[in-house]
Amino acid sequence: MTVSAALGAEGSAPARKELLRVENLVVEYAGKGFRARKFRALTDINISIGQGETLGLVGESGSGKTTLGRSVLGLAPVSGGRITFEGQDISHATRKQRRVLSRDMQVVFQDPYTSLNPALEIGDILAESLGVQGMETTAAKKRVKELLDQVGLPSDAIHRLPREFSGGQRQRVAIARALALSPKLIVCDEPVSALDLSTQARVLDLFLQIQKDTGVSYLFVSHDLDVVRHISHRVAVMYRGEIVEQGPASVVTGNPEHPYTQRLLLASPVPDPDRQEKRRADRHRLFEEQRQQNEQAAAFA
Amino acid sequence: MTESVETSALTPAPGTSGQTGTVVRSTVLKRLFKNPLGIVAIVILLAMAVMAVFADVLAPFDENFANISKTLAAPDAVNVLGTDSSGRDVWSRLLFGAQLTLTSALLCAAVAIAIGLPAGLVAGYYAGKFEAVSNWVVSILMSLPGLIVLLTIRAAFGPSVWIAMIAFGVLISPSYFRLTRSAVQSVRNELYVDAARVSGLSDLSIITRHIFSVVRAPIIIQTAAIAGVAIAIQSGLEFLGLGDPAKATWGVMLSEGFKNVYLTPTLLFWPAFAMALTIGALVLLGNAIRDALEDGEKIKHRRQKAHQVEGAAAASAAKAARKTIAAVEAGTEHHLVKVTNLGVGYPQADGSIKKVVDDVSFHVDRGEILGIVGESGSGKSQTAFSILGLLPDTARIVGGAIQFDGNYTVAPGEDKVNQDRLSKLRGKRISYIPQEPMSNLDPAFTIGYQLVTPMVRILGITKAEATRRAMKLLSDVGIVNPDRTFKAYPHEVSGGMAQRVLIAGAISCEPDLIIADEPTTALDVTVQADVLDLIRDLQRRLGVGVILVTHNFGVVADLCDRVVVMQNGRLVEEGPVREILREPKESYTQALLASMLEGKEPMTMLMSAASSSTASPTDKENVL
Repeated sequence: MTVSAALGAEGSAPARKELLRVENLVVEYAGKGFRARKFRALTDINISIGQGETLGLVGESGSGKTTLGRSVLGLAPVSGGRITFEGQDISHATRKQRRVLSRDMQVVFQDPYTSLNPALEIGDILAESLGVQGMETTAAKKRVKELLDQVGLPSDAIHRLPREFSGGQRQRVAIARALALSPKLIVCDEPVSALDLSTQARVLDLFLQIQKDTGVSYLFVSHDLDVVRHISHRVAVMYRGEIVEQGPASVVTGNPEHPYTQRLLLASPVPDPDRQEKRRADRHRLFEEQRQQNEQAAAFA
Repeated sequence: MTESVETSALTPAPGTSGQTGTVVRSTVLKRLFKNPLGIVAIVILLAMAVMAVFADVLAPFDENFANISKTLAAPDAVNVLGTDSSGRDVWSRLLFGAQLTLTSALLCAAVAIAIGLPAGLVAGYYAGKFEAVSNWVVSILMSLPGLIVLLTIRAAFGPSVWIAMIAFGVLISPSYFRLTRSAVQSVRNELYVDAARVSGLSDLSIITRHIFSVVRAPIIIQTAAIAGVAIAIQSGLEFLGLGDPAKATWGVMLSEGFKNVYLTPTLLFWPAFAMALTIGALVLLGNAIRDALEDGEKIKHRRQKAHQVEGAAAASAAKAARKTIAAVEAGTEHHLVKVTNLGVGYPQADGSIKKVVDDVSFHVDRGEILGIVGESGSGKSQTAFSILGLLPDTARIVGGAIQFDGNYTVAPGEDKVNQDRLSKLRGKRISYIPQEPMSNLDPAFTIGYQLVTPMVRILGITKAEATRRAMKLLSDVGIVNPDRTFKAYPHEVSGGMAQRVLIAGAISCEPDLIIADEPTTALDVTVQADVLDLIRDLQRRLGVGVILVTHNFGVVADLCDRVVVMQNGRLVEEGPVREILREPKESYTQALLASMLEGKEPMTMLMSAASSSTASPTDKENVL
């Protein structure tokens, strides 16, 4: 399915103003050794995110979903194609341009244990990006208090260290840091996969609440189809560095077209023995069908 | 939403049973001052520093004031430590010597830090060309023979302590460079550094704010050691007679004392004593800081204390239990595994015991799959490890018993898992499938070797026979080309393949019980489905009992016959899988199931909605 088809399928939803557009993106890493072949992490990626919209990016390890998020943030090299943010080409933005961009574009990483500097107090972590943008100390302090309140942490957290918090609370700090400058887009790189089930539910609630309150857009990267279905307006499925299917969340996660997405959907177990047994049987049947199709395709070729 | 929400609902109020006690931490400085050696070192160094700083006031004579009429005098009221061969006061020279010796050592360390630290920071953070070039320079510096360079410099620039110490500082700067570079490399790709980059911080602020803090502690430790070496080198040069004779230093005094060693041996003793004291204190201080930074040391303390508290009665009871293994309760022999009121705890710094498993009882029969479900920190892995006997050394069984096939592996009253009894079972009758397949295969050996060796040892079969069986096992676990996998090294196979290999290993010695600790958590969801299929097939075929530790209710629904739900070290609920998943009685199980995303209306609040409808299980219609 092409991008235009995916956007067209969403016709019923109100037209959103486009915020981020990625066109024909290619990311390559230099191979190891002299004149080694380049490793191509992403091939011909096309996505777009509207204002207040969540694009869920789902795929397995090594599918390139994290690399896509990092290239939007300027943390991975863009070898080909274009990334535009609010009409401005940011594919090769300089450090200075990035500093301006950081007001509008922020990140929440997967691991709440390594994404916060263990030596800094929570207040300092949150005030960091405010200081970069030239905010005064007293104003920054006030903003930090607001942020803690927004993510549901007590205000005495300012003078505590990251290690004094649980995983879910640390992820709240990371979300507060991303919110500090009221960005328009937050890249969320597996933000709930290191969390327990009940904590994951609370953090997802927080993401939804923030979107409702501030109208922020998310590029939400996850390996868990259930998480992506829950939080996204549209979903893109990645497989081996390419987007194999993209469209409205209910279509992609309910009635997928691409064989890989179909396999992915049926592989995720459901919490009921009898329904899981049925899903298991469906999965085996799908495998058999796809195998036969492949054989037929091979026979024709 | 406040912090209390984060912990309420799912955690019991403090004071109830379950996990008790807290992790006791103290700051580095506090720990440093608790270490007697650390205090001694600090006191000695402070005393030396005070003597050096106030040498002008403390010393009764000038460093070069010579009383020709009173040479090599014994200590008296005027010259408290006697005089040297020129009639100069030893005590005064010792004080002025301290001034010069200590400042020159500091100069040396300062020069080395000034060169090594920034170079290491830049090389570690940016890597690339600067790192390559600086590595060359460092290699050249390190290959230079230090003493010969110092002698050359003395010949060229004259006998100045300062020039010699600056040169030595340059020579020794590679040690700071390497230390800094490797510390920086280890954090360069940390996510918080990436987050700072996204925030638009300049490289300079990233280095000073986020990276310098990791280098600080190792630099302090290194400086303590380097200062000691600098004192020794400098004194060594002066002892050889290469120092500045017009200045009093400990090295010059040592040289002077050596010349008169037969006439007045104490002349040699005092500078040597001062040096030994200072260098020793520096080394001890470095060690004390390192110990303070590491957590390990204080745990030993605790264990001794815990033993004393236990008292002699318990010890003798345990001894008696060790001699004769008590018979298990009648009527329970038929259970494959039975865990009764098990408690596991870790002794803490303040003598208390932090309980991580409390009063847990369940059993597993042959041919049955029991799921242990819970969130992180619920004690589910600790429970599984206590059955395997693989708890860390510091862990204590604080209550209850474990029996396997009608015999106790942990009898009531024992505080440790009996390794003699378990090592006979482990690998042979109880086997284990770990969470991280890759880190559980040794990268240095082929997969075949790692499968064959345990079989030869445990089953006592020949290598050829074991190889034949390993091939069969590999094809049994669904590996298409067993021959190639047999010869492969672990890094040559994928994560899913590695997990299949570990499952092959787990069933290789025909066990009665397999303990699988989150066996599919590290795998992709499509691979997870394949591995679950494999475990189900093998379990049916071999009829083994399985304990499956997991946090995923989908995995539970796929495999398990019965389920145990754990929270904060306690067993919350136990029952057949359909009962637990469809009609959970306990509110905790209900809350856990309610936070599942499957079957929920997208873009709706989970927890706020969950509180009103926790009772309704997730048997909404299938999305397919």
